[in-house]
Amino acid sequence: MNLSGLKMIRQNQYGLDKVISLFFWLVPLIVTSLFIWILGDIIRGGIGQLNWAFLTTAPLDTGRQGGIAPILVSTLLILGVCLAVSLPIGIGTAILLAEFTPNHNWFGRLVRRSLDVLAGVPSIVFGLFGNAFFAKTLGLGFSILSGGLTLACMVLPILIRATETGLSAVPQEYRLSSASLGISRTSTLWHLLLPAATPGLLVGLVLGIGRAIAETAALIFTSGYVDRMPTSLLDSGRSLSIHIFDLSMNVTGGDANAYGSALVLILILLLINAIASYLSGKYSKTLKV
Amino acid sequence: MTKSIHNNLDRHKIAEIQPLMQIHQLSLFYNQKPAFKDVTLSIPQNSITAIVGASGCGKSSFLICLNRLSDLIPGCTVSGHIQLGTLNILSPKANTTALRRRIGTIFQKPNPFPMSIKKNITFPLKEHGVKDSQQRHNIVEQVLKDVGLWSEVKDRLQDNALTLSGGQKQRLCIARTLALQPEILLMDEPCSALDPISSGIVEDLILRLRQKYNYTIIIVTHNLAQAKRIADYTALFWVDKGCGRLIEFAPAEQFFNAPNNELTKAYVNGIKG
Repeated sequence: MNLSGLKMIRQNQYGLDKVISLFFWLVPLIVTSLFIWILGDIIRGGIGQLNWAFLTTAPLDTGRQGGIAPILVSTLLILGVCLAVSLPIGIGTAILLAEFTPNHNWFGRLVRRSLDVLAGVPSIVFGLFGNAFFAKTLGLGFSILSGGLTLACMVLPILIRATETGLSAVPQEYRLSSASLGISRTSTLWHLLLPAATPGLLVGLVLGIGRAIAETAALIFTSGYVDRMPTSLLDSGRSLSIHIFDLSMNVTGGDANAYGSALVLILILLLINAIASYLSGKYSKTLKV
Repeated sequence: MTKSIHNNLDRHKIAEIQPLMQIHQLSLFYNQKPAFKDVTLSIPQNSITAIVGASGCGKSSFLICLNRLSDLIPGCTVSGHIQLGTLNILSPKANTTALRRRIGTIFQKPNPFPMSIKKNITFPLKEHGVKDSQQRHNIVEQVLKDVGLWSEVKDRLQDNALTLSGGQKQRLCIARTLALQPEILLMDEPCSALDPISSGIVEDLILRLRQKYNYTIIIVTHNLAQAKRIADYTALFWVDKGCGRLIEFAPAEQFFNAPNNELTKAYVNGIKG
């Protein structure tokens, strides 16, 4: 092949490279602009509502007027119940899967497969299950407890998988050298493996909280609709996502407050995200696995 | 620990020292496939035993049986008998935590924990019941001096151990093991991941440990020259029909100068391996 032919191939290659890199720039650009568009819309619509009174007063006129104080409290309580239940169970299961059941073990495979299926179940199914089991069978009724427990079921698969991935990413050498020093498995787990897996756990936590806090369908059937300030975990409580749904779908003239509530929801999510990435960065700095 | 000190090393005398660890018909399998088979030898007390041989002949696998680290490897089974004093190491009743304190391991790749330099040493100590923090600190200072690291790190004991250089990390790992006062040190190619200077430092350290504290050391090495420099006894492993075998085990002088086995002769003369 002569030199000019070679040149032509190069130029063609170069042209193709350009097209492909343009494509790879374009895709994230579209995704990002979608996100910015939605965010912009919510900020534009909600910023006018957002003030201290909105956060601290009760809704009036089925939410058209007033604030979201009881809804915020219910949301945080539901989230609290959800995490209080799902964190210990989730971390425990992840430890079992990552440290005590080898990959080819039938029990481990069964649990992993079940979790993958659970992660894909539509939230409305969780809602109906929660209604049947927590609200009716266990007699918890429409309550924050029922809602939190239902959310815990939904969040568990995400939490477990992320923690398990975090634990599996810890180098095997740590386990070997720890054992070679006569350190018990429990101590190895507690002092070495769990701290090293913390960044992974935090990622799972953020994803889980994200799913829980945005959940509507599962909560309609479990924690209920009531927008009063809850006095106990057995009270019904309306979450932010349900409030947004209700205001925009069922209450004419509720759009402004729906926007305000959506903005608060997004701010909470961003805050949780920021805290988690700060903690995760701090941990990876000191541990550097 | 016995008090016999042999600064003037007389290898023939060492041959009379009674064996510390007796290994009989030891075999190890990974999912039924043997890594090495039927190894019988006695590890003499207060001596350095080098295990040499080509890659994949089961040297490292042999080492991990001796303190039951093989338990941690999925699909790994061990048969045979290992006796350490009155303790039958392979017995299911043997307390592996206590066993691994008596038999420390240094790995090929230095692997300090992602903690501070000091905590790398105090964490195992706490685990083994050294409750007094002053006592722990004294041990830290002592073992870091033993491995020649104290002057280099005494002002930054709280720094993350992962900020140390490769050679320093390996010496920290040795210090961490020494802090538990083991009777036997297993070393799996402790110098092969290090640069020549760090490697020399670690090698000197091994000799010093044997002389100062009478450690019994079993070291796997790829480096024949290293084995020649430091070993009192040498064992050659070789692959035969896809499975590692012990070819020859002899005092180092005999092993290098007048081996019994033709394979050993070829190996030490650089014809094979």
